[in-house]
Amino acid sequence: MHIPDGYLGPQTYGSLFVITVPFIIRAYNFLKKNLKRSQIPMLALGSAFSFVIMMFNIPIPGGTTGHAVGGVLLSILLGPWATSIIISIVLIIQALIFGDGGITAIGANCFNMAIIMPFTGYYVYKILKGNRPLSSKRGILSAGIGAYVGLNMSALFTAIELGIQPLIAKDINGNPLYCPYSLSTTIPAMMMEHLLLFGFIEGIITMLVISYLIKSKIIKEWEYA
Amino acid sequence: MRKLWIIILIMIILSPLGIILPEIFKAGSAWGEWGPDELKELVGFIPQGMEKLSSLGKPIFPDYNLKIWENGDLFYQCIGYIISGFIGVGILILITYILGKILSKKEDNG
Repeated sequence: MHIPDGYLGPQTYGSLFVITVPFIIRAYNFLKKNLKRSQIPMLALGSAFSFVIMMFNIPIPGGTTGHAVGGVLLSILLGPWATSIIISIVLIIQALIFGDGGITAIGANCFNMAIIMPFTGYYVYKILKGNRPLSSKRGILSAGIGAYVGLNMSALFTAIELGIQPLIAKDINGNPLYCPYSLSTTIPAMMMEHLLLFGFIEGIITMLVISYLIKSKIIKEWEYA
Repeated sequence: MRKLWIIILIMIILSPLGIILPEIFKAGSAWGEWGPDELKELVGFIPQGMEKLSSLGKPIFPDYNLKIWENGDLFYQCIGYIISGFIGVGILILITYILGKILSKKEDNG
């Protein structure tokens, strides 16, 4: 889901920077108002977890690979605004230092994985959970479903951004300048693997981590978002 | 809290599974993350705009590996991967702590 340099044209990656930056500023201001010093270690831990979980590439035999992001897990534990900042930092480090995701695509990748994913997943979780606690069966299942939906929404936006390229950027011979695949290819390709496999992995990891944190009494329910 | 950091440590050490398993199951890049050469094999040409943009980044640890081991065998890639994991996590801890200190309020010490 990390879009590399060269797959998006300037209109697309530029627009996505323009959308993402004010959002991150809003998140920054939210944290400035609400972050307590005692929560800093959780932010550090969350960023480390997200970074490392993304290193576990899961193969589709004979095909592509994918990985979990941890975006919805973090948004449930730390709130979606803090998660936006944390995942953005992770994505920027991945792009600049490890070449995972393009530099021009940082805005796009942050939009997909640091904004769309944590927010949609978080609200799906909130709605499904109702007024039950996170530690209830319904709470944990809602977290898993939220994670599944969040990752898939993120994949869908990625597929749309890639798939519109042949429509908006062609060279003089009519060949695509950037991502050569159109929406009719990108959406089925991205969504099949995320709906059938990676979404479930994201959901299961989310439920496992939350169950562990509750059982080991490391977290009591704390939500400040 | 300490327990959780130990779990992160264990995850970093196990992270090479993320390159070993794809190797065993003959799975390539993630969808839409092919390099220009891989894409050329798939569609027969490298889009012009992509050719220009794709060489933009000069990562210090390309693909979570050390440059000296870029074409090394799987064993060296795994070591490079673990080192990258530690470096990445180290940088992230540093950044989140600095940012957290800047953003957070002093009065609270709960």
